Amino acid sequence: MRVALSWLAEFVDLPDPVTTEQIDAAFVRMGLEVEEIATVGADVHGPLVIGAVLEIEELTGFKKPIRFCQVRVGPEQIRGIVCGATNFVVGDHVVVAMPGAVLPGGFEIAARTTYGHVSDGMICSARELDLGADATGILVLPADSRVGADGVAVLGLNDMVVELAITPDRGYCLSIRGLARELALGLRVAFRDPAAAIVPLRDGPPPYDVRVEDTVGCDRFVAAVVDGIDPSRPSPLWMTRRLATAGVRSISLAVDVTNYVMLELGQPMHAFDRDRIQGPIVVRRAAAGERVRTLDGVERTADPEDLLLTDDSGPIGLAAVMGGLSTEVVDSTRAVLLEAAHWDPVTVARSARRHRLVSEASKRFERGVDPEMTRVAVARAAALLVEYGGGRALAGVLDLDHRVPGRPIQLDAELPAQVAGVQYPPESVVAALTDIGCAVEGSTSLAVLPPPWRPDLTDPADLCEEVTRVDGYDAVPSILPLAPAGRGLTAGQRRRRSIGRALAEAGYVEAPAYPFLDPGIFDVFGLGDEDPRRRAVRLANPVSEQEPAMRTTLLPGLLKTLARNHSRGQRDVALFELGLVFLGGDQPPPPSLGVDRRPDEAETSALLASVPPQPWHVAVALTGQRQPAGWWGSGETSTWGDAVEAARIVGATAGVQLSVRAGQHPPWHPGRCAELVVADRVVGRAGELHPGVLSALELPRGVCAMELDLDALPAAGVVPAPTISAFPPALVDVALVVPLGVPATDVTQALSDGAGEWLETVRLFDVFTGIQVGEGRRSLAFALSFRAPDRTLTTAEVTAARDAAVAEARRRTGAELRG
Amino acid sequence: MTEYSYDPKQVALLSPDSLAVAVVQAHAAFATAADLDVLAAVRGAHVGERAPLNQARRELGALPPQARADAGRRVNAARAEIAQAYERRLDELTAERDQRVLRDELVDVTLPWDRRPRGARHPLTLIADRIADVFVGMGYEVAEGPEVEAEWLNFDALNIGPDHPTRSLMDTFFLDPPESRLVLRTHTSPVQARTMLARTPPIYVICPGRTYRTDELDATHTPVFGQVEGLVVDRGITMAHLKGTLDHFSRTMFGPKARTRWRPSYFPFTEPSAEFDVWFAEHRDGPRWAEWGGCGMVNPRVLVACGIDPSEYSGFAFGMGLERTLQIRHGVSDIRDVVEGDVRFTRAFGMEL
Repeated sequence: MRVALSWLAEFVDLPDPVTTEQIDAAFVRMGLEVEEIATVGADVHGPLVIGAVLEIEELTGFKKPIRFCQVRVGPEQIRGIVCGATNFVVGDHVVVAMPGAVLPGGFEIAARTTYGHVSDGMICSARELDLGADATGILVLPADSRVGADGVAVLGLNDMVVELAITPDRGYCLSIRGLARELALGLRVAFRDPAAAIVPLRDGPPPYDVRVEDTVGCDRFVAAVVDGIDPSRPSPLWMTRRLATAGVRSISLAVDVTNYVMLELGQPMHAFDRDRIQGPIVVRRAAAGERVRTLDGVERTADPEDLLLTDDSGPIGLAAVMGGLSTEVVDSTRAVLLEAAHWDPVTVARSARRHRLVSEASKRFERGVDPEMTRVAVARAAALLVEYGGGRALAGVLDLDHRVPGRPIQLDAELPAQVAGVQYPPESVVAALTDIGCAVEGSTSLAVLPPPWRPDLTDPADLCEEVTRVDGYDAVPSILPLAPAGRGLTAGQRRRRSIGRALAEAGYVEAPAYPFLDPGIFDVFGLGDEDPRRRAVRLANPVSEQEPAMRTTLLPGLLKTLARNHSRGQRDVALFELGLVFLGGDQPPPPSLGVDRRPDEAETSALLASVPPQPWHVAVALTGQRQPAGWWGSGETSTWGDAVEAARIVGATAGVQLSVRAGQHPPWHPGRCAELVVADRVVGRAGELHPGVLSALELPRGVCAMELDLDALPAAGVVPAPTISAFPPALVDVALVVPLGVPATDVTQALSDGAGEWLETVRLFDVFTGIQVGEGRRSLAFALSFRAPDRTLTTAEVTAARDAAVAEARRRTGAELRG
Repeated sequence: MTEYSYDPKQVALLSPDSLAVAVVQAHAAFATAADLDVLAAVRGAHVGERAPLNQARRELGALPPQARADAGRRVNAARAEIAQAYERRLDELTAERDQRVLRDELVDVTLPWDRRPRGARHPLTLIADRIADVFVGMGYEVAEGPEVEAEWLNFDALNIGPDHPTRSLMDTFFLDPPESRLVLRTHTSPVQARTMLARTPPIYVICPGRTYRTDELDATHTPVFGQVEGLVVDRGITMAHLKGTLDHFSRTMFGPKARTRWRPSYFPFTEPSAEFDVWFAEHRDGPRWAEWGGCGMVNPRVLVACGIDPSEYSGFAFGMGLERTLQIRHGVSDIRDVVEGDVRFTRAFGMEL
């Protein structure tokens, strides 16, 4: 909502002078968000006068049309002015910037010779005066503007313009009436209700036949007729200026008047050409398939829930949203039927949403309009049409009033104090509520009838807010409440933090990606048709049609971030992400739940079961060098092993024993993919990615990745403390030759199982292939460390243990001790 | 009489003069030894078993008792002095050698040793953790919920009915099919509803998390953003408690001079409601009030929908954007930097904020 302060000033006793800071603070104090306060024409400096064009001489021989005009700017003063615009004729009234004037942008006006004539001033366009973007031609004023008058005053320059953001609960603030009330409260000065100044319409026979069939959807309908309007009469300049400030384009006097009254009183109105309506007006719900052509020229099919205004010809308006084309006011209109009605907010909201048509009217009705204003607005509009259109108001007014009287809210006068933690004496509670327009009865137990423009006030809590708001939010003291002892972070929360920290310490940079997914990536990955990762949850209205689903794996997002970093010149990148994935499935739809009570156990479980599972995953992706080359020597390229190690870091941090075995799982390289196993369950994969996938994603060859389902990791139990032996260890190395297909982990496990109770550690320290060990075989060298808890082991004992370990390895894997 | 038989040549060495000469010679030999090797080489001539002095000492037993006692004292004194002189010189030369070794081991410690690239946690994670820590320290617990959420929990339970204007204003992502009645949560507030459904007051929770609105990504908007929300439900909770909590919270995030300023506002799930600014003395553009978040007293209707008796309990809730908090505190000027995952941006924040 953008309004001129001069308009508000008609109804508020503003301090004189008043600063932008005061206005800003007053609105903000009352909860209206000030987006901008600007002064219109602050850069325009006098002399600026209204002139009448007496003569126009078209100059020829130039690249564009140029005119030399004689303009009367005072009783005895005629000036010759050169002008490049052609949208005015002899007799038009225009704004003349006289020599000495300075226009916005520091543009100084002086008498100067141009196109062979002395131009003694400038005829101004709206944009040159900072009055809007319209630079198509010069600003032509209404014919009744007085020649020689001060242009600054006539145009309302140097007026403060306030732009406010209105929250949905304060529909009444979409009007001068509402804003003036709040501004007065904020400044703690007097407020005059604009509605009070309007002369009511005289009662009399209804000037038109109207029938309202749905009195719930339309609980008040008011109409009056003004005829004998002179269609050539323009809207007064002050009116079009105020409309323009509010962002409303001037159309015709009748339409401008209805818009002006809407802005002033908050009551949307419609002006019909009475003579184009056929027969009585009927307000009713639409029949299925009924069509209405609205003012924007669009033909719309009405829904049976929509409310329509109809006449004998059919629909003539989509009620409360937009009028119809067939009965709109046109150039020849002489008789206008002014309508102002009050509509059910829910019906309006649904119609506006259904037709994707948010209008100034629907915006207000949806948020709530004061039904009292229907009759006031019609009276105000009729008076303006009489005054400026030369019309005559027909006697009588149609007022179909089916309102249900509001019920007072019961309020304990202590409650506002209990909610705010501020002492409000009962009399100040009553005063505050009265200030905002409530009718209050009682002194400690209050019956509060909210004003008709505040449909948002329904509960005692709403009234508490009003009391605190009027008293000032800054009066609320600051007291820190004492919470009961808490349990700290949960095990899962601590685990995620530790994993994030461990991966960061291992060199990975956290990179949370958007979870939006292009399912086409799964074809690139080479997933089978039945792969569960393809069962993604889909969005009805994605940001991009390219990414209509939610991720089932972290890899696509992580690889995208990797590619972005790579394209920005980062060659060595290691990333990780901890985030939710979204598993599509067949969740049952949720139960239908009200809000008047807590859902019962069954309803709650059904509700929670309707939400798809969203486990936490962790993933890493890395490319380039894991350790850079430097003056110390060469670097280390990242490999599948780094990805597996990242999984081990996660496992160790989570306190879970992860084992590794070979697997095949796109998008990993089929020969370089490790399955990560916990208690016989595969919880993730790690390794190098498939070169085909990488080239399709424009990533360098050799990118490695790991992804793991954190929710699949069991909780770590309480760790039993180990006994530490102080006796010396016995260290033995063994080299075993095994067929190439035997996984190292199998040999390690066999050694470990066969070595007996004294084995402390077994560590593979070398892998060797070559003719010495034979074709199709490799040698694995292990360091075994033995230690007893109570003594130093003898050589014989250690040798026996080593032999037992080797024997077990031979039994399980065919390993032979290398000579 | 006992017959004494001794080598006169050796015995001569036991004379005071001879001993004095031996001592002087030893001193001279040690002093001229330039390093430990030379010292070791001359040692035998003065200190070892084969040193003349020790050879002579063997003859002591052949001397008459009186002479033996005198000679013994003289010899021991001379030996002790030589031994001391040797040890002193040994210490000196060892120290010199050690110094030289250290000098030879000199390196250029300014050479870079960036062999292990450092990782980092994302600033959004860091700030969420930091906020959680502040509140956990006050006894709060960290509550969580899913990002694909039931509409009822995201809207209805929070007093945002199907026709509420706020519902269409919230730029919601809806899921297919519509019958699933699922949305991407537009705020962390459904966690409030989940918490109240799952437990009984007193409730003191903080809920950080990801939220979604259908905005296009630009310098100031992102469709995926972080929020953190606090909820307290207990007996006798007032707006003053809310203010005290926010003031304390603002000091932990923005320094001891920080405080909050409220503006009345509107949220369907709180009544009264406010938006609040924080005073940040170290703001990049100078000390100022910065818009931070929204708050209010839990609307009794929300308590009812979640099964809490509003005549017995009251509560407050507050929430703010994590990106917004980063923007204020760290002067982030383009939100795309937070979103895109460029390692240069994230590394700047390291492991703690």
